[in-house]
Amino acid sequence: MKQSFLDFEQPIADLEAKIEELRKVTADSEINIAEEIERLEAKSRQLTEAVFSKLTAWQIAQLARHPRRAYTLDYVQRLFSDFTELHGDRLFGDDPAIVGGIARFENRPVMIIGHQKGRDTKEKLHRNFGMPKPEGYRKALRLMRMAERFQLPLLTFIDTPGAYPGIDAEERGQSEAIARNLSVMAELCTPVVCTIIGEGGSGGALAVGVGDRVLMLQYSTYSVISPEGCASILWKSAEKAADAAEALGITATRLHQLGLIDGIVPEPLGGVHRDVDQAAEHLRVALQEALSELAEDDLKRLVEARYQRLMRYGEYTE
Amino acid sequence: MTSSRMSWFEKLLPSRIRTDARGKRNIPEGLWTKCPACGGVLYRAELERNLEVCPKCGHHSRLRARQRLSQFLDPEPHMEIGAELRPVDALKFKDSKKYRDRLAQIQKTTAEKDSLVVIMGQVSGIPVVAAAFDFAFLGGSMGSVVGERFVRGVNTCLEHRIPLVCFSASGGARMQEGVYSLMQMAKTSAALARMSRERLPFISVLTDPTMGGVSASLAMLGDINIAEPKALIGFAGPRVIEQTVRERLPDGFQRSEFLLEHGTLDLVVDRRQMRHCIASLLAMLTHRSLSLLSAPAKTDSIGRE
Repeated sequence: MKQSFLDFEQPIADLEAKIEELRKVTADSEINIAEEIERLEAKSRQLTEAVFSKLTAWQIAQLARHPRRAYTLDYVQRLFSDFTELHGDRLFGDDPAIVGGIARFENRPVMIIGHQKGRDTKEKLHRNFGMPKPEGYRKALRLMRMAERFQLPLLTFIDTPGAYPGIDAEERGQSEAIARNLSVMAELCTPVVCTIIGEGGSGGALAVGVGDRVLMLQYSTYSVISPEGCASILWKSAEKAADAAEALGITATRLHQLGLIDGIVPEPLGGVHRDVDQAAEHLRVALQEALSELAEDDLKRLVEARYQRLMRYGEYTE
Repeated sequence: MTSSRMSWFEKLLPSRIRTDARGKRNIPEGLWTKCPACGGVLYRAELERNLEVCPKCGHHSRLRARQRLSQFLDPEPHMEIGAELRPVDALKFKDSKKYRDRLAQIQKTTAEKDSLVVIMGQVSGIPVVAAAFDFAFLGGSMGSVVGERFVRGVNTCLEHRIPLVCFSASGGARMQEGVYSLMQMAKTSAALARMSRERLPFISVLTDPTMGGVSASLAMLGDINIAEPKALIGFAGPRVIEQTVRERLPDGFQRSEFLLEHGTLDLVVDRRQMRHCIASLLAMLTHRSLSLLSAPAKTDSIGRE
């Protein structure tokens, strides 16, 4: 499959193109240049390592939004068995920007909720670019309560630019839908593990993001506002998005340093899209670890610990 | 006035009297004011007596936090909660200006340390904790101090088993505090969940404007949600929505009356009836009889402790 490269990956792209060309030549002729290809591949790996060892926050934001990045259902397919998708909020409709359902993880039944983006134009529109409306959050709420009732651990996957800013969403109470989820998740009597797999866009992400463990994939982002939005408000120019991304501290490394997330799940060299299977395996290990830690606690203590953890968020002096 | 221009007579007067005389000659600035909604010329003192509601068109002007609480609470007793909390610049955030400098400047001009004021007091004799956002302080944005003050307010309610009333006026989360500010949504909502489990009433009053992260957390979680007339209330800002959907927004979109019609609010209440309305509701929710001797609202501001 053809790779797609971001701007800052141009040197890697050039090298890969050269390798591809050589491969064609080898196929056409008798000359054996396998050695040369091997040498170039090693060089490409080194170059990728070099580029990826010093990514800026803005470059990471682009990776988090990469058109070929794995979405919730890509992981569901690889990590879970017997997944049965459940639909609808029982009030208004079904929001395709959020998927959810029951499945088995390592043989154990769990509840899954995640944002879902679309791959091609048609699906993108159908999924509303992963921007949920109130009915999406209310479907999630229904599934959370079901998870609690049947003692299923809840695993959420976060990947959204934000809650949908539209007329219909406002009419149906976007704010209330988000707020309700925050208050219910805080007291949900079952283990909750949240993983940011791509974009963690503000309140729209947090509305399925309150848990006992919050993990981030290495090149995912979590932010109170998009870098572009922040730049246009504070710098009066969306072109300052790179500066805003840096200032907002949206990367996994920075947020882990600040104590705002619990763990970072490593990605394959070059990002998830270079090897989704490997990325899924890393995620499997991280989820197993989190779930087995949480399984040891009794539920009352678990919920109390979650509450205390929420109360600790914040930096101030007295 | 310079001393060279003083008449011989003024020079003879003791300085205290002289000052008084000079003060009287200047007509105070802002004796008259113009209503931003109807353009009517209003007598400042009358507007104040009317709780900053235009007597001609009913326009509700924005209030500062302490002004709001002094209108709402009985004159005493007052105990401020979390006044000692100060914001910090945990991210070393800098745009065209450093966040630290922005804070210092706004603290000076508003005489507040952050954008939420929380006071334990009484309303018509009913003990309550009342919180109010100060929109003049960085757009009433919610950062770590706001979250912590709010939670301490909730904890006071839990401790004394008394209700909470919060007047919100906010543009949303405080960008300069990054994900810390986002987490205040979760923190305040979690505290309110506990309050709800303990069956203590929370009345949320949404005033102009209540948007973004504040709207999508504490402000929408009232047992009873009340708004002032024509307040702008919503998740996304109207400009962002207009850019997204590329159409003109309907008249009255995201205004209190629109939200009432769509089932998001219980009531839209005029500021001049707010105190009585909330006192009456709280009395019923807490099974008390409402004292008929409720003190009238003061119009001057509550002082800092």
